[in-house]
Amino acid sequence: MEPAEIVQHSGGVIGVSWLTIVLPLLGAAILLLGGRRSDRWGHFLGVAMSLASFVVAALVFFELLGLGADQRRRLVQLYEFLPAGTVDVKLGLLLDPLSISFALLITGVGSLIHIYSIGYMAHDPDRRRFFAYLNLFVAAMLLLVLSDNYLGLYIGWEGVGLASYLLIGFWQHKPSAAAAAKKAFVVNRVGDMGLALGIFVIFTTFGTLSFGPIFSHASQASQGTLTLIGLALLVGACGKSAQLPLQSWLLDAMEGPTPVSALIHAATMVTAGVYLVVRSGAIFEGAPTAQLVVTIVGVATLLAGAIIGTAKDDIKKALAGSTMSQIGYMMLAAGLGPVGYAFAIAHLIAHGFFKASMFLGAGSVMHAMNDEVDMRKYGGLASVMKITWITFGLGYLAIIGFPLLSGYWTKDGIIETAMEHNAILGWLAVAGAGITGFYMSRVFFMTFHGERRWDKDAHPHESPAVMTWPLIILSIGSVFGGAFLIAGNRFMEFLAPAVGRPEEMPSFQPFSLTGLVTLALVAVGVVYAWLKYGRSAVPAVAPRGSFLTVFARRDLYGDALNEALFMRPGQWLTRLAVFFDNRGVDGLVNGLAALIGGTSGRLRRVQTGFVRSYALSIFFGAALLVGAWFVVGNL
Amino acid sequence: MPWLSILMGVPVVGALAVAAVPKGNAKLAKQLTLAVSLVVLALTLVMASQFDPSGPRDQFSEVHSWIPSFGVHYAVAVDGIALVLIALAVVLVPIVVLASWHDADQPEAKRSVKTYFALILVLEAMMIGVFAATDIFLFYVFFEAMLIPMYFMIGSYGGAQRSYAAVKFLLYSLFGGLLMLVAVIALYTVAGKGTFLQPELIGVIKDPATQKWLFLGFFIAFAVKAPLWPFHTWLPDAAAQAPAGAAVLLVGVLDKVGTYGMLRFCLELFPDAAKFFTPLVITLSVIGIVYGAIVAIGQTDMKRLIAYTSISHFGFITMGVFAMTANAGSGATLYMVNHGFSTGALFLLAGFLINRRGSQYIEDYGGVRKVAPILAGTFLIAGLSSLSLPGLSTFVSEFLVLIGTFQRYAVPGVIALSGMVLAAVYILWMYQRMMTGPTAEKVKAMPDLNLREKFVVAPLIALLIGFGFFPAPLLNVINPAVEQTLTSVQAPQFTPAVPATAEKKGPGQ
Amino acid sequence: MTTHYLVLSALLFAIGGVGVLVRRNAIVVFMCVELMLNACNLAFVTFARQHGNLEGQIIAFFVMIVAAAEVVVGLAIIVTIFRTRRSASVDDANLLKY
Repeated sequence: MEPAEIVQHSGGVIGVSWLTIVLPLLGAAILLLGGRRSDRWGHFLGVAMSLASFVVAALVFFELLGLGADQRRRLVQLYEFLPAGTVDVKLGLLLDPLSISFALLITGVGSLIHIYSIGYMAHDPDRRRFFAYLNLFVAAMLLLVLSDNYLGLYIGWEGVGLASYLLIGFWQHKPSAAAAAKKAFVVNRVGDMGLALGIFVIFTTFGTLSFGPIFSHASQASQGTLTLIGLALLVGACGKSAQLPLQSWLLDAMEGPTPVSALIHAATMVTAGVYLVVRSGAIFEGAPTAQLVVTIVGVATLLAGAIIGTAKDDIKKALAGSTMSQIGYMMLAAGLGPVGYAFAIAHLIAHGFFKASMFLGAGSVMHAMNDEVDMRKYGGLASVMKITWITFGLGYLAIIGFPLLSGYWTKDGIIETAMEHNAILGWLAVAGAGITGFYMSRVFFMTFHGERRWDKDAHPHESPAVMTWPLIILSIGSVFGGAFLIAGNRFMEFLAPAVGRPEEMPSFQPFSLTGLVTLALVAVGVVYAWLKYGRSAVPAVAPRGSFLTVFARRDLYGDALNEALFMRPGQWLTRLAVFFDNRGVDGLVNGLAALIGGTSGRLRRVQTGFVRSYALSIFFGAALLVGAWFVVGNL
Repeated sequence: MPWLSILMGVPVVGALAVAAVPKGNAKLAKQLTLAVSLVVLALTLVMASQFDPSGPRDQFSEVHSWIPSFGVHYAVAVDGIALVLIALAVVLVPIVVLASWHDADQPEAKRSVKTYFALILVLEAMMIGVFAATDIFLFYVFFEAMLIPMYFMIGSYGGAQRSYAAVKFLLYSLFGGLLMLVAVIALYTVAGKGTFLQPELIGVIKDPATQKWLFLGFFIAFAVKAPLWPFHTWLPDAAAQAPAGAAVLLVGVLDKVGTYGMLRFCLELFPDAAKFFTPLVITLSVIGIVYGAIVAIGQTDMKRLIAYTSISHFGFITMGVFAMTANAGSGATLYMVNHGFSTGALFLLAGFLINRRGSQYIEDYGGVRKVAPILAGTFLIAGLSSLSLPGLSTFVSEFLVLIGTFQRYAVPGVIALSGMVLAAVYILWMYQRMMTGPTAEKVKAMPDLNLREKFVVAPLIALLIGFGFFPAPLLNVINPAVEQTLTSVQAPQFTPAVPATAEKKGPGQ
Repeated sequence: MTTHYLVLSALLFAIGGVGVLVRRNAIVVFMCVELMLNACNLAFVTFARQHGNLEGQIIAFFVMIVAAAEVVVGLAIIVTIFRTRRSASVDDANLLKY
């Protein structure tokens, strides 16, 4: 079934839904302009704006629920943004089940992370600025998901890129953080180039940038065009969602404060690529090749991320690898049509909860361990940090797909759908689940179990309540979220007006063959990890490992590849260009000037000062003229 | 009311008054200059409020005979394009005056302080004149006369290599200007209409060969001015040696005369030749975009870096002008304005940094953000506007140029897109090297922006952000003029392959 | 019948030209220049006669006036140079160069 029609809306809470964006934006503006004066209350303002935004989003959600299912796509016109010739973009918000799901996730999880940050950043002199950036991020992300056209989406898209840049580089005095921030922005810009290209092709094809008319006319465009658009959008999605081959920035992005990693680089921003693909479903459905590429990218990344996760000793980088991998699952699902969309978004929401819970848990551990991130210096923390241990543990169980927890429902749905679609993709996804079981267990056991390998001056303690309460709420979400969304196809029904209803609803079979194999593989992974990291001693320095371990530890040589392929040649090209400009282009100009100067310098010497030589030259000149006259005259 | 003559007259009178200020009283001269430039700004705003975007193309028109025997007129008028560019100039002048408050009174310079400010006012009058002139001869006079105050501003008040830079700037521009003079005279002769008035010369030259030659005469002058690759090498020298304020006026406004001239003269007077040369110009523009960006990445001097980014940006503008679509044309015009604000902010902030540290080399800085957060923050915003971040006005123009170019020239559009990534590299890498990391020893005592400097930067940033979210006021003024230009060029209309308009309902309706 | 005058004029001009080229004494060079001017005058007058109008004669008067002015300035310069350098040779004064 086709998605529902988009209806113009005015009035009600939906009519003022722009407040969700404006409030955090206002918060960011006040905090940035307020300067040191707002240091004392800045973080409260930041939290308040985020919470207010959440409240508005929730009210909009309930108002949408109050409408009939086929009425749930409301368009709120804001103002004319670009009145330019044929491009006539009116900025508007599209409130439909898809966008409101994202809005709730962003503002909900975002608010929890805001609250957590009050405690986490308590000792940072720049806490106010941190909250300003967080608010800026929330506003940009909401614009990204709520906009009713590709231009608005693009503005939000780069806006979150900016917020991400600012937050990764928040501790700018660290050169590594500044470099990581720049790298994230530049790699994202490569993706944005793809998105921009997609937008240009969309515009030249359809003559508009608004979602409604584009999607309703998508079927009339040629398949080649749609494939081109789809692939271009996919490049954009790869950049933002850290999919292969634009994944390299995400691991470095862990230089940012941990709440940032939780909010931006796990729960929300990196899922924007999934949103883009799902939102542009009408285009991808007309371009099977593009869809296939989406699934391939998804599977490749889910395996790559999982493999990277197995070898990292930095707890945040291990989690970052896991994020890549989980988004790979979502991307895979997003390439599988309407059934996949629902699972992709459901997994995205579930992931938002459990990954945020784990990242914040990791932050809580770091907070306790003097900002130590090396898991080889953790161990046995379960007894000293009970709440963190339990909440992290629930998130961990959810991500590996422990039966009946969130990840079990959503990931299993993705694997089943992929299996129906293409067995190879399905089995690779199953393998990924097995690796997930291993590397997440490794993280969990190395951190909370085994012997204590702490540094001498480490005195771990449980984090304050302002940090633990968000953890508790998030872990509740990671336990029940999946079941709530998937059981009875509730989420699929809810999303149907936005992304279209699949021809037949999938029926969930708890003990299908695939499901059992997946569970078995996960169990093998967990047991292996327990044997290796839970029961036996963990060496304080990482062993050299096989070449496979090194391969994973070096991020599959992604950085080395980028360096060899782009950075070094780029540096050479830059030097060459500068040399060419100075010596070539400018050399030509200066050479010409020197030639003229030199010639006139020589010519000057003819002026000897001897009158008679002048007279002689006049004589010869006259003779020449007369002679020439005779010659010409006689012709 | 002869608005445009008043606009030009006020700064000229002001310049004379500033020059007449007694020698010791530099402060009075500065205050007087600031007051005059603010009066001009206010007058321009009043004039702009009376401009009717839906009215006739040329408004506030004045025509007086000047040299009757050659049909030369003192003829001024503005359309939407000229209006926004004049607005750009008069907005930038008071900001530059405020920013250059102490630039001229370095004791070792031994130059008259008041002369510098008088020159700024003279330049302002000429900048208004060059955009307002509708008589080609008058345009030429302003076009060349503008060089004189700028020559003295660079040559007398600039950096160590100022005279080299000033002479190079002057000679390069004169070279272009003389080619244009030949073309102007030839146009007058060939047209045989006995007038230099631009509107009356549209469509007069029909012979394709003549059009091509005349087009080249004008185009090379504008390409040098703009500057278009490969005529660009004077710009980094001039911009790096000029005092920051003069660099802003040079790159922000003077160079726009080149792109403005292409739009106004090359396209309208010689449409067939323009179409013939379009592939060449688009190619040069694309080369300029990528090349300028790559060379910018490799710079060690921040003012040169900013100058090279401008070469890249000018590539976008010329590409937009010659794409000859409504979007690209509007985008290019808007780009001229936004680039003025964006590069203006960058140059002025670079100037503040150089004043504090005494070096324009990037490597001499490091960790400035820690000691001067406002300076670093505003520098970042200005930088982000240079890389066309959405939400800042430069994005709107770059987006329009690209989407407009893409409608007709897909491949150049795609290559130009790579400028986006390169822009991120040159700006953020510069920011990383200068502002982040451990604070350099020589930077530790660097003061943050003072009140005067905040007043310099704040309006620019407000304009960048304001027009970033609400570009409609500018676009509404620009669009009709661009569309009329394209009508006289007879550029084909753009039609999408699968027109999907918002009015249509979904399938099944 | 005016040919003879023209031949005379050409001869005088040639003599003057050779004098300018070969003589060193400034006074003599100067006189040779005068000779050339007067040769021109003769030609002008001859042509005036030949064409039957007065224009050539008018020009001749102009030339004479210019020559007179030139004599004043030229002689003054030569005398000054002679006073300072004790020489009237044109080859000795070559400071005005490059």
